[in-house]
Amino acid sequence: MSKSIIQIEHLNKTFGEGPTAVHALEDINLDIREGEIFGIIGLSGAGKSTLVRCMNMLERPTSGAVIVDGKDMTKLKDKELRKARQDISMIFQSFNLLMQRNALDNICFPLELIGTKRSEAVARARELLKIVGLETREKAYPAQMSGGQKQRVAIARALATNPKVLLCDEATSALDPTTTLSILELLKDLNQKLGVTVVVITHQMHVIEEICHRVAILDSGVVAEQGEVSEIFSNPQTDIGRRLVYPNGVQIDQLPSSKVIRIAFNGGSSYEPLIASLAIDCGVKVNILGADTRNIDGKAFGTMLLGLPDDDFEANKALRYIQAQPDITVEEVPHNA
Amino acid sequence: MLDAISAFLAQYGTLLLEGTRDTMIMTIVSTFFAYVLGLPLGVLLNITQPHGIWPKKWVNRVLGWIVNVGRSLPFIILMIAIMDFTKLIVGTKIGVRGAIVPLVVSAAPFIARMVETSLAEVDAGVVEAAQSMGASRLQIVRKVFLPEALPSLILGASISIITILAYTAIAGAVGAGGLGDLAIRYGYQRRVPSMLWTTTILIIVLVQAIQTLFSWLSTKMDKRLR
Repeated sequence: MSKSIIQIEHLNKTFGEGPTAVHALEDINLDIREGEIFGIIGLSGAGKSTLVRCMNMLERPTSGAVIVDGKDMTKLKDKELRKARQDISMIFQSFNLLMQRNALDNICFPLELIGTKRSEAVARARELLKIVGLETREKAYPAQMSGGQKQRVAIARALATNPKVLLCDEATSALDPTTTLSILELLKDLNQKLGVTVVVITHQMHVIEEICHRVAILDSGVVAEQGEVSEIFSNPQTDIGRRLVYPNGVQIDQLPSSKVIRIAFNGGSSYEPLIASLAIDCGVKVNILGADTRNIDGKAFGTMLLGLPDDDFEANKALRYIQAQPDITVEEVPHNA
Repeated sequence: MLDAISAFLAQYGTLLLEGTRDTMIMTIVSTFFAYVLGLPLGVLLNITQPHGIWPKKWVNRVLGWIVNVGRSLPFIILMIAIMDFTKLIVGTKIGVRGAIVPLVVSAAPFIARMVETSLAEVDAGVVEAAQSMGASRLQIVRKVFLPEALPSLILGASISIITILAYTAIAGAVGAGGLGDLAIRYGYQRRVPSMLWTTTILIIVLVQAIQTLFSWLSTKMDKRLR
């Protein structure tokens, strides 16, 4: 296992004082490893943005330690903190580009801050524009770009100083599903090629599913559970975990069938014919217990929770049929029935 | 008609030219020095706010108080009240030079508020992004606040200049020279209505020209409008 890059120990954050104080974060402990994509998911108000902002001290923790690359961020002096921040870049939901600078100059901005020579900065910015696929748009101003393009510029800008960590605060929440996927692909790609550790804050489970290796679920300022994405997905231990993993509030212990599977559509055939053809081809009827799917350009993305018949033979037949479909992944959902 | 105009110009042409020149000198020089004081003051007012990039409660309160006092005083009273100070700085209480000191003192607090408001329009998220990159406060002011607020600062400058131009006319009442002085001495005291109207028209033309130029400049500079 690779070494830790961000360790959060007994982190607390309280806003205000006295009886009106709001405990945004309570005793958070996280260990994010070098080179991984770590997800932090939670509903609105769970404290996930506060948590990520504590990682680069945009928000000062009330107590606890935030150790990034061996340095306790909470103990750094102003100048040291500014230096340390060059290794921890951040991208935002609203992109936060300089509106009066074009794409190239936006990317040069962090390099200007550290006194890089203009010619070197421009060369580096061009290189980054190429990496994010916007080499033809260097003269474009943010107002002339689409949301996805703006986020690509923001990512390029964040990478300009070769950071060790990239914090993504709801980076895809303002984007449409197709653009979201392309930005997630880019982040995954950058993680693999550059080895940059990525911390993803989101309220969308599919974002976690798409790119994260490990995930922490935040609920009312507390880490409800954390672990490998596949583990959490197949067997969430907490109510909040189940609420996030199972679409539309389906509670696993309320499910009528004893055998439940979760299928994920990865952009293949549309989901309606699948259920219909399952009934026609196999003669097996399944219950749709919940679905969170969307149709993008005629292709199905998302997840569906199916209750299989109690009869083992029928259930296995259905399972094999679904497994044979292209672009669909299936996993059994264990539960105490 | 034409004879009347040429007779008028023969008699008052030189005066009007000098008056326009004096008004422009007073306006431009005063605006320059008022910004030298008002711009940093406005920046300080913005960044020392509780949620600013350099929260300093007392600095903010004291500066705010000074600015408010400066803005409360009617210009004509301020001008008389600080006459000794004026003499100390420029060596005279009257004329174009004597008017510049009170114009600067009066306009600087006004400009400080204009600048503060312009900077407040800069998206807090962009400032935060710069902080997350390790920018210092000075870098944020120089590379984020001022350039991002530039179109708004330019529009603010047009309002400031026109206000100062209006003040120069008031300064005319106590012998500052310029178009306001001509309007009072000839138009009012010597009962020459054509002088009153001509000076008024010249001031209107100046205001229109300033506003048109600065609005054009602001639009041209603003990269959000494309």
